[in-house]
Amino acid sequence: MAFAHRRDGRAALLYLLPAAVVLLALLAYPIYQLVVISLYDYGQPQASGAAPLVFLGVDNYVTLLSDPRFWDVLLTTVVFAAVCVVGTLLVGTALAVLANRARTVPRTLLFLAALGAWATPTMAGSYVWLFLFDQDFGLVNEALGSLGFDGMRGHSWTFERFSAFGLVAAEIIWCSFPFVLVTMYAGIKAIPGEVIEAAALDGASARRTATAVILPILRPLLMIATIQSIIWDFKVFTQIYVMTNGGGVAGQNLVLNVFAYQKAFAGEQYGLGAAIGVVMTVLLLLITGLYVRAQRGVR
Amino acid sequence: MKFRRTLAVAALGALAIGCAPPQASNDTSGQSEETTGELRVWLFQEASNAAKEAVVDEAKAEFEKAHDGVTVNVEYLPVDGRASRFNGAFNDKASAPDVAEFGNTDLAGYTASNGFADLTADLGSWPDSKDLVPEVLDTATVDGKTYGIPWYTGTRALYYRTDVFTELGLKPPATLDELTATARQIRAAKPDLYGIAVGGKYQFALLPYIWANGGDVAEQDGETWKATIDSAAARAGLSQYAELISEDICPPAACAQLTGSQSVAAFAGGKAAMTIGGDFNRAAVDAGAVKGKYAVIPLPGKTEGSIAPAFAGGNLLGVFASSKKRTLALDFVQLLGGKTYQEKMFGAMGNMPTFTDVQDRVAADDPFLQPFIETVQSGTRFVPSTPAWTKIDAAGVLPTTVQQVATGQLDVAAATSAAAAEMNEAFGS
Repeated sequence: MAFAHRRDGRAALLYLLPAAVVLLALLAYPIYQLVVISLYDYGQPQASGAAPLVFLGVDNYVTLLSDPRFWDVLLTTVVFAAVCVVGTLLVGTALAVLANRARTVPRTLLFLAALGAWATPTMAGSYVWLFLFDQDFGLVNEALGSLGFDGMRGHSWTFERFSAFGLVAAEIIWCSFPFVLVTMYAGIKAIPGEVIEAAALDGASARRTATAVILPILRPLLMIATIQSIIWDFKVFTQIYVMTNGGGVAGQNLVLNVFAYQKAFAGEQYGLGAAIGVVMTVLLLLITGLYVRAQRGVR
Repeated sequence: MKFRRTLAVAALGALAIGCAPPQASNDTSGQSEETTGELRVWLFQEASNAAKEAVVDEAKAEFEKAHDGVTVNVEYLPVDGRASRFNGAFNDKASAPDVAEFGNTDLAGYTASNGFADLTADLGSWPDSKDLVPEVLDTATVDGKTYGIPWYTGTRALYYRTDVFTELGLKPPATLDELTATARQIRAAKPDLYGIAVGGKYQFALLPYIWANGGDVAEQDGETWKATIDSAAARAGLSQYAELISEDICPPAACAQLTGSQSVAAFAGGKAAMTIGGDFNRAAVDAGAVKGKYAVIPLPGKTEGSIAPAFAGGNLLGVFASSKKRTLALDFVQLLGGKTYQEKMFGAMGNMPTFTDVQDRVAADDPFLQPFIETVQSGTRFVPSTPAWTKIDAAGVLPTTVQQVATGQLDVAAATSAAAAEMNEAFGS
């Protein structure tokens, strides 16, 4: 018995080996390098061998954590990501419910539109939204203007801090809700008809069916969608970088990833940038871990 | 369990002592000089690159004819992505080219990375070098060593719409204060126009304001630099510039984020009555709606008859420190950066030459250049030539300050104090 068990384990290891090798090479090694670089004063002169390497220990982290700007940007990032995650989940789930009830033709149209948004490259999507909301030539201002909102002609959507964040959040929700839509739609479709029927026979109201039957069945899917969204939206870069022109007026729209890019690559402080990367990774692992744990508690 | 702990300790140990971040080697001893083969050249991609390519191809043909067994391979890089290409070349010497064109503001950073070869002695023995404009040659020099031949300079001056000024009966401004008043007057009379198109991200328009008011962004203090952006004079200049980005001149919603080329584009598109533009912007302005309806004067200073010191922009041609074909590379730089080809480049691109005699020759038959040459000859200034400037520039310290003041987020004292603190931190490290 024990022998067979051990052989099973060995076989399992063998099967896992290719994936492990790929993961180690593509994930563990870069993270290892990231951590190592974050412990050094590592800028462009150090990288090109013109200046000696200086081991700093945790100095980069101290610099980072004592920078009030970092905490500002971190708070902004958390709030912004939260808004995007909630928005994405709400829109995606609502449309999944709608798709479940719609006839074939409107449902197909909805899915085509959603897949179109999903398939649009981030860069292109950001620019299209910028063009739509352009101050002088944008379709949105044009339409609002001709509807009688004369004040909207020449209105800049990206000048005010919250307006700019709102616009970017809308774009992010637009390009990430399809994933939630597809996931939740599949989940709803997979709920056996008998279960709903049984609930109806027991006299459950539509609302009670939704909260006591459908939602618990969908919970694992919802969890995956939420974690994915948290990770994506916390790491958002392209949309902010493109739509607010590198972080907005006086850096008012900076999020953590753009901040890290400015420090690490534009400012050529690779060590400090790596430290931000490590902090971000740890934060994401923590958030995800806590979330998974909380969900287990619910069940 | 014990095994796992040992493994963890071993891993930690390896982390602590085993590995440091990768560094490129700068050991060039034992490298033999190559006199044949492929000479790789990086030049910047311009908006009208065909004209540039034509001149460069001519130089390439001439060079290949004079050097048997040598082919010149020119690659055109987009200016925006230059940092990653150059840094990549410094880190991986094998992939580096032999010759490159680069901006003079990047020089201090590149030098700190051992990027370019010291050409001081070679230029000393090159007879043509005595005709180089001294202030321009200074922009190719760090700590007394020269790392490139100035290929062309870029100077900015004040573009204004002659038709608008005539219609409103205005005179071109003679001082910076007058400029503000005139710009306000124009926007009041013509609400469709910006009085002057300038932007929060247009650093090279901001700097002359600071300099004209007697201030500077930083000053050298022995080995290090110290920010002076919070001095009274610099503050006066910065707030005078920020005042231009206001509802009654250039509305912040449109102008707070404008860069230099966007400001010029707004002027070229007929949206502004004035702008600060370079001699190199001529083609862009002529391609726009205002062709034939504008004139250029030097940007005035604080007092009548004075000229605001301009930023000495320009590009250099240098030899990569890692090049195995140093002699060939230097020959090519001296050919393409020499008098004949600078004059050809001027004909093709309008690039202002860096030799006094060539400047005089081309300016004699082109009145457009007069205000720019006047500006250069009244004295130009430069950004702090230290690698820290790269960080300050990348962090957008000055644009952020202008934007904070222009949008009223902070007053000029608070904004410049914060900027000075950030700059001093960069200088310190």
